[in-house]
Parts: sequence; C-alpha cells; structure tokens
Amino acid sequence: MSQIVSHFNFIAVVVLMMMGLFVVFSSGNLIKRMIGLAIFQTSTGLFYISLGKVSGGTAAIMVDAQSADGQALSEALNPQYVAQYGIDGVVYSNPLPHVLILTAIVVGVATLAVGLSIAVRIREVYGTIESEEINALARVDAARSEPVS
Amino acid sequence: MTLFDTLYVAPPALTAQAPILAIAGPLIGACAAALSPGGRSGWVISVITAAFALWMSLAVACEVSRQGVLLYVIGGFQPPLGIALRIDALGSAMALLVSTMGLIGAVYSGHALVSEIRAETHTLFQSGYLLCLAGFLGLVSTGDAFNAFVFLEVSSIGTYALVAAGEQRDRRALPAAFNYLIMGTIGATFYVIGIGFLYGATGTLNMADMAAHLSILGDNTAVQAGFAFVVTGLAIKAAIFPLHGWLPGAYAGAPSLVSVFLAATATKTAIYLIARFTFDVFPDASTFGQAFLHVVLAPLAAVSVIVCSVQAIFEKEVRRMLALSSVAQVGFIMLGLSLANAAGASAAMFYIFAHALMKAALFMALGALAISVRARTLDEFAGVAREAPWTAAAIGVGAASLAGLPLTMGFIAKWKLVEAALQGGVIWMVAVFAAGSALTLIYAWRMVEALFFSAPVPGARRAREAPVGVLVPLWVLVALSIWFGLNASLPETLANSAAAVLFGTAR
Amino acid sequence: MTGDLLILLALGVPLFSAILTYAVGRMSDVRETMTIVACIALSIVTISMLVRVSAGTPPTMTLARPIAGLDIAFKLEPLGALFAVMASVLWGVNSLFSIGYMRGRREANQTRFYTCFAVAMVGVMGVAMAANLFTLFIFYEVLTFSTYPLVTHKGDAAAQRAGRIYLGTLVGASVLLFLPGIIAVAVLAGSTTFTPGGLLAGKIDGGVASAILLLLTFGAAKAALMPLHGWLPSAMVAPAPVSALLHAVAVVKAGVFTVLKVSTYVFGPELISTLPAANWILWIAAATIVIASLVALTKDDLKARLAWSTVSQLAYVTSAAMLPWASGLVAGGLYMLFHAVAKITLFMCAGAIYVATGANRVSEMGGLGRRMPIVFTCFMIASVSVIGLPPMAGMWSKFLLVTAAFGSNEWLTATAMIISSLLTVVYLMPVALRALFPAQSDAVPRDFVRPGGTPRVALAAIMITAAACVVLFMLADPIANFLEPIRTVSFVEGAP
Repeated sequence: MSQIVSHFNFIAVVVLMMMGLFVVFSSGNLIKRMIGLAIFQTSTGLFYISLGKVSGGTAAIMVDAQSADGQALSEALNPQYVAQYGIDGVVYSNPLPHVLILTAIVVGVATLAVGLSIAVRIREVYGTIESEEINALARVDAARSEPVS
Repeated sequence: MTLFDTLYVAPPALTAQAPILAIAGPLIGACAAALSPGGRSGWVISVITAAFALWMSLAVACEVSRQGVLLYVIGGFQPPLGIALRIDALGSAMALLVSTMGLIGAVYSGHALVSEIRAETHTLFQSGYLLCLAGFLGLVSTGDAFNAFVFLEVSSIGTYALVAAGEQRDRRALPAAFNYLIMGTIGATFYVIGIGFLYGATGTLNMADMAAHLSILGDNTAVQAGFAFVVTGLAIKAAIFPLHGWLPGAYAGAPSLVSVFLAATATKTAIYLIARFTFDVFPDASTFGQAFLHVVLAPLAAVSVIVCSVQAIFEKEVRRMLALSSVAQVGFIMLGLSLANAAGASAAMFYIFAHALMKAALFMALGALAISVRARTLDEFAGVAREAPWTAAAIGVGAASLAGLPLTMGFIAKWKLVEAALQGGVIWMVAVFAAGSALTLIYAWRMVEALFFSAPVPGARRAREAPVGVLVPLWVLVALSIWFGLNASLPETLANSAAAVLFGTAR
Repeated sequence: MTGDLLILLALGVPLFSAILTYAVGRMSDVRETMTIVACIALSIVTISMLVRVSAGTPPTMTLARPIAGLDIAFKLEPLGALFAVMASVLWGVNSLFSIGYMRGRREANQTRFYTCFAVAMVGVMGVAMAANLFTLFIFYEVLTFSTYPLVTHKGDAAAQRAGRIYLGTLVGASVLLFLPGIIAVAVLAGSTTFTPGGLLAGKIDGGVASAILLLLTFGAAKAALMPLHGWLPSAMVAPAPVSALLHAVAVVKAGVFTVLKVSTYVFGPELISTLPAANWILWIAAATIVIASLVALTKDDLKARLAWSTVSQLAYVTSAAMLPWASGLVAGGLYMLFHAVAKITLFMCAGAIYVATGANRVSEMGGLGRRMPIVFTCFMIASVSVIGLPPMAGMWSKFLLVTAAFGSNEWLTATAMIISSLLTVVYLMPVALRALFPAQSDAVPRDFVRPGGTPRVALAAIMITAAACVVLFMLADPIANFLEPIRTVSFVEGAP
C-alpha cells in the first residue's frame, strides 16, 4: 500500500500515458487524436518533475541563506531533513528536469500547432476531419490515374 | 588521413567555431528565408546556407580526422553539466552526408518548387527546409541525450510541414503528414521517457558521461526500461518494421524535394542515434543490448527486407514503391548493425551513404519527370526514355545501384554487408541478403523496363528532358554513385572510422 | 591503372564501336562498315593476345580497385585467350551474316541491335580476360543486360515475356547463387584471384567447398545446366543472328567458360577430385545431356531444336570441368571452341532459310536443299561436327572428352555422352538429309519470299564457319597443346 502511495505520481504518469495513447489510436477524429497526443506528452512532463523532486526540497531559486527570504525558506523546511542534510539550511529540488521539461513543453506546443494546422488544411481540402472518411477519399484518389491538384 | 586537407581550406578562427556554425548557419538562414521578400531570394538564401553548412561540416570532418573527437563547449559550461557538441568520426560522417544532401537538395529546389508548391509559400518552404537541415546537423553533432531530442523534434516539425506542403500535387500528402506527425511525436516522446529513466539512473544527460555511469551500474530495471523506450522511439523515427507505417505515405505524398532530402537523411539520422545508443552509450557486454540485437532487431529487419520488397514489387505508384523500398533498405542497414561488430557497422554505414545517394537520385529524377509527364504510376512513365534520355539514364543508374549491380556503389555496399555476415558466421543473414537483393532487382527492373523498353501509352503526355538546374544535381548524385562504385576509398574510410568509434577497430 | 594496352584495346574497341554505332545511327552503310572494321580490329587484338599468352608473357592489367581485395583486374591465360579469339572472330563472321539478315528482313531498330551487340562483346572480352571472379562477374552481368534488348528485339508481348524469363533466370541465379558464392570465396580465401592450382586448394574443407561449388556452378546459369536451362529455348524468339552469336557462342559459352575457370583456377583439380558435389554435378550434367537431346527430338521448330541441342552440348563442357584430376579440362576447352563454330553455322543456316523462304519448321524444309544447296551442305557439315564424326573438328573434342570420362571411371557420364551422340544423329541429320534428298511424299518446296534467296554476305558467313569446321579438324593438336598449360601448371603448383 505504501508503495502505491509513495509512487502515486508515477502511477498517475502511467495512467495519463495510457489514456493519451489510447485516445490517439482509438479515435478517428483528428482533433481528438491531437488531444490524446497532448495528454501523452503531458504525462512525460509529470514524469520528469517527479524524477527531480527531492523530498523536502524547494524550488531552486538562488537566495542568500542569511537574507530574510532565506531565513523564511529555512523555517519552512522540514527540521528533520535539515538536521540531516542542512547545507546553508536550504535544500533544493533538482532543477534540471524542470528545465528539460520546459523545453519539451515548448516542443510539444510547436508540434501541436503544426498538427492542428494540418488538421485545418485537411478540413479545407477534404471537408472532414474523420479518419475513415479521409481514408475513403484517399482511396478514390489512389484509383484515379491523374494526380489531384 | 589527409583526405580532407585537400578538400578543405578555411581560416582557423572559423574552423574553431565550425561545429556550432554548421547548426547555427541553417537556423539563421531559416529565419532569413522566412523574412525574405520571395521570388528567387528564398532559393538563393537556401543554397548559400546549405553550402555554408557543407563547408563547416567539411571543416569539422577535417578536424575530427586529425584529433579524433571534437568537443565544442557551448556557453562555457563544461560537460557533463554544460551542454556540449561532441563530434567523432561517426557524427562527422553523418554530418557530411546530411549537409551534402542538403546542398544538392537546395540546388534542386530551384526548379522543383516552382511546379509543386504555390509561389507565395516558397520562402516559408525554404525556411522549413533549412530548419530541417539544422535539426539533422544538430542531431548528429550533439553529445547530450536531451539535446538530441530537441534537435530531433526541430527537424521533425520542419519535416511535418514540408510533407504537408505536397498537398498541391497530391492531396493525400495531408493525411500522410498528419499520420507522420502522430507517429513521429509518439516516437520522440518515447525517446524522452527513455532518457528520463536513464537520467534517473545515472544522473546525467551527457552521452559520454552516461556511458561511463552505465558501465559501472550494470543492468537494472530502470536502465533496461530506458533502453527499451529509447530504442522503440527511435525505431519509429527510423521506420523499422513494423513501425514503418507512416513512411510510404509521407514519402510518396511529399514534394519531390522533400522525398529527396528525407530519403537520404531522416531515417538515417535516427539509425545513427540507435547505433549511438546501442553500441556507444550502453555497455557493450550488456545482455539486454545483445538480446535486443539478436532477438528483436535482426529478425524484424529480415522480415522488413523481405516483406517490404515484395510490397514494392506489387506497388503501382512509383514513389510509393521507392518509399517501400526505403523501408526494405533500412532493413538491410539494421541487419548490418545487428551483427554488432566493426565489419557490420562499417558495412551499415557504407550502405547508408550508398542508399542516400541512389534513393535521392531516383526521387529527384522521378520528380523531374513528373513535372512534364504528371504521372504517378509506372505504366504512365512508359517509354519516357525516348523523350528524356538523360533523366531516364539517371534512373537506370539509380536502379542499378539500388539493385546492387556491380560498378555501382550499391554493389560495394551489398558486398560489404554479405562479407560482414559471412565473417560473423551468420549464414541465414546471407540468405536474406541474397533474397532481398533478388527482390530488389525485380522492382528496380520494372522501372527500367517501363522507362526504356515499353511503348508509351497512347494519348499520354509527352515527357520533356529535365531542365539543367535539375540535371546538374541529379547527375552529381549519379556520378557519385558510379565513382564510389569504382573507387570506394572515401566512403569506406569514413565508414571504417565511424565503425571504429563504436567498436575500436574496423575490418 | 597499370597494365597492357592490348587489354584496354580489347575492351575499348567494341565499346568505342558501340558508341560510334549509336552516334551515326541511321546512316546504315557507315554503321555497318564500322562494325566490320571493329570486328577486324578486335580479332587482331585478341590474336596478338593469344600470341602473347603462348609466348609466356600474358598481358595483365588492373583497371580499378573499388575496395581493398576487390580489384577490377585482367590477366590472360590460355583458356581465356582462346575464348576471346573465338568470340571476336565469330563476331566478325556473324556481323557479315547480320548485315545480310537484317537488311534482308528489313528489321526495325537496327542501330540498337548493332550497338547492343558491340556492348555484349565488351562483356565477352571482360569475361574472357578477367583475372578474378569479381571482374568476371561484372562483365558477366554486362553481357546479360546488353543482350536483353537483343532477345526482345521484336518488341511484342511474346518477346517481352521471353525477355523476362531470360533476365529473371540469368540475373536471379547470379544474384542468389553466384554472388554469394563469390563473396564466400573472397571471405575464405582473402581474394577472388584465379590461381593456377586452385585458389581454395588447401584452404577449406569438403562441406563448405561443395556448397560453394554448387553455388558457383548453378549461379552461372548461362551454362544452362538443368534445371536452370529454361531461358535458352525461350530466348529463341530473338532474331537468328542473335541466336547464332549469343546463344551458340558468346552468352552460353561465357557460362561454361565460367564453370571451367571456376573448376580450374578457383578449386583446382585436386580439390575438385575430392568433392562429392563435383560428382553430383556430373550426374546432373549427364541427365541434362540425355534429357535435352530427347527434347530436341520432339521439336519441329528448327531453332528450338538447335537450342535444346545447345543445352545438351553445354552440359558436356560442364561435365568436362567436373571430371577429376583435370582430365577433362583440355577436352572441355576444345569442346567449347568446336561446338561454337559448328553451332553458329547451324543457327546461321536456320536464319538463312528463314530469310529466304520464311520457313522455320523442320517439316517445311523437305526438298528445300535443291533451292539452297550451299546452305544445306553447310548445315550438313556442321551437323556432322556436332555429332562428332570425322573429318570435322567436333570429333576430336568429343573423342577426348569421352576418353577422359572413361579414364576417370565416370561410366555414367561417358554413357550419357555416347547415347546423346546417337540422339544427335537422329535429330540433326534428317534436317539436311531430307532437304537435300527429299522423299517422294514431301511437298513441293515453297518459293523464296525474298527474291534472290539468301543474301550473299550471309551465305559467305555460313561458308566461312562451315569451312572452319573442317580446317579446325587439322588444327586440333596445336590448340590442344596451347591449352595444355591449364592442366600441367595446376598439377605442378597444386602438388603438395
């Protein structure tokens, strides 16, 4: 049980990932497929953030330990933890995964934008965004000998 | 190796910055192209930028051949914490290939775009093209696993848009691009997840550092999961059977320029990353790595060689046929890699070069013919050789190289593969190579027969010889295919030194 | 690129002639004069090479080296020199015949015809002069692809289909069997260079060597060993000059030449003698010899009958290559030459009859001999040579070969050869006999479809080769002596 609780966020990651993939593959609607893709990508974000979390750690913002902010920060920390590790009284979560996932989010947004714009073009050209109808039309194209312009 | 000294001259100050300039050049060029007023300016920018990237890649290759490994630290942060470009013989060989194809494609784009893309989007198209180029060059240069993901996606996002631009010629390009986007993004995300696992296990993203940690760490579940995710993700990008579904549609639908460029580079860079991870980042002796190669990769590659070649034989549309052939050829390359020795990797690398040259030539020649004939199926190309002998001859040579006939580069590539397989004692692989070659010969012959020996369909449009702007890059590719078939020392040296990076010594 | 000018000329003359032929195109007189000039030049070149070989200073050359251990290199040896001379001289004779035939029939696409012929000769020269298996393979494929347009010359559906069978069998076998065999040799021996005494001798054990021998022998599908013989009869859709040169001389002989070379210089007599696979091939060849002769009996179409006869005769040479202790090699070389001269005569006669009368069936030819006495007399001479009776050249080669087979205790092979000789009498002799001495029942021979009958140049070509059948009968001994080194050298250097 404690395993489940302590790995709760990882379980959430897996659930989100599966949901996303399921939507991508089961749905015929292009927009829904993009939504699924977005959920799938988001799950990796959660995964990375969970990796970087140091229990009791705080956001990795440079503060002077002697300043008011620093004092306040160290007050807020778990005393047990500080007793064990206490470097300048401040423990940071690993900031690198946050940075990485920030990049990944940007990449994801760009992909989403391109995907949605392709979906818009498909709607304009085919008049539908349902995969099955598009495939049927594409088969008609394939049977035609002249290229479609 | 004084090979490059003769090819390359540049001031040392520029050489020192060459690794980053090779990537930054096309990126800046992409912005410039997007902002340019249109007309021919986009093309000029594209050609200049691609030429610059090739120049810088040559500089890098030159330095790598002198120093072994080139480390370029970005922003002064030392690795493993900072991000660094780390280029060795493998990376520089790939960079050389990508930038060469980039320049040839850029030259070709002058004519290709006019007939296939709406005039007002030419500059944007060039921008996407340069973005792709930058992404691929970054991908093969970087020494950072996450950075590789970013470059992978930079190139992929460019690719999705470029493929979709084929809608004007064939509207099926749109769903194909969408499908490609979905599959490509899933692949990239798998890769990111895998990197997450590896980061969790090793605490580093630098590939060299990761390799050092992993060799101490040995096998554990997190590492294995990471490896599985990374390789699966990349397998989608590399179009390894059965994850290749996106490729035929995308290559067939894309504008011919994009097919030329992607066939030569897109799957190849993904294969590069697979090789990098399997042999370089992961410890050689890891049992799951070996198991992956022998139990998963080799059989899948063999199936891909046979199945996709057979599909290509029965395919009516020429470009789809070539696209399916690309999947089969990826199978050949992966079989070479799965031998997991220097000879196999060298053969695979050589095959990558050979396939890039011949498949690009084929797509380019077909694109040039399609301008006048507007044909898609093989029957409609019947008898074209009479009207366009030079283009048809180029297709003939490309087909010969594809089929692995002697005096072409494709033959040397197949020879090296079979030799490696025999040396490794993997007899079944030799049988697969022979069967695959025979099947390749059938569909390659169908092209030649249609072009040269069939009577034109009555009432078909008459073909015209391709314009000089197309013939020049086309015949550069063809001439390279023939020259390297007669004297393969340049690509062989590159392939051997690339294999040496992964396995110590080649041959 | 180092080496002899002669080799460069032997490749360059036909290549240059091909380019020029293509360039002058429709000017048929210039085109044909040039072809004849090229034939004469090439014959001079090959004969000088032959002289060099017999003088003990064979020309050599390395053209290119794509990768280490894989040279495009040439080196003449007696067998190759003989093959080169044979092919180039017969090319000249055949060109004379072609000119008569093609003009007589007013065929289309004549420029393509002559161009491809010249390119095919580049292939033959390359095969004959190759110093290693890789080079041989390259030119073997050049030969295959350059002859495809010749086989499908008619351009109709039947020709296309035959062309597919032709290309499919030849290229399929060479990619699936021959090439893997070559690469296996390269991996095991470190090179593919033809070595007197055998490249593989002492380097590999029986099992692997047997596998490679099977790959290389069946991979050279041009040798038409059953079951890879189907392409040869189907290639008979080609015009008669093509059948004459390519399917009596160049293509099929390139196949058996390859088998002889493989046996002599890749395996060596010693290794061949110990291999079970050599025995299997002997059995298959014996079966081919008899079966093909039987099939030839049933064919009424003259060219088809000749084609099946060729399948049978080629298997003789293959058997010669597989006999233990090199006993059959010289006989095999002689057989290759004498059969070529006789068979090209037969094919040219068939073409001459077809041009003049439009007849291509044996049953239509009764009594035709009165109208075309020269053609049928030549046919008779060549038939006697193929059967192996004196005073024709074919007698020596068959005699030596059967003796060698008996000498090696290969009773099955020897018996098959003798049975097939008798069958040859049955399927070849009646053609000329019935034409020259018609039975009462035979219909009145048909009129010439072409005024004047066979064109004069074609007739001259036929007479030259028919005369050669007789002249070579006298020359058999010097030629055998010339070929002798391929045995003796292998014994000296192959000895442990």
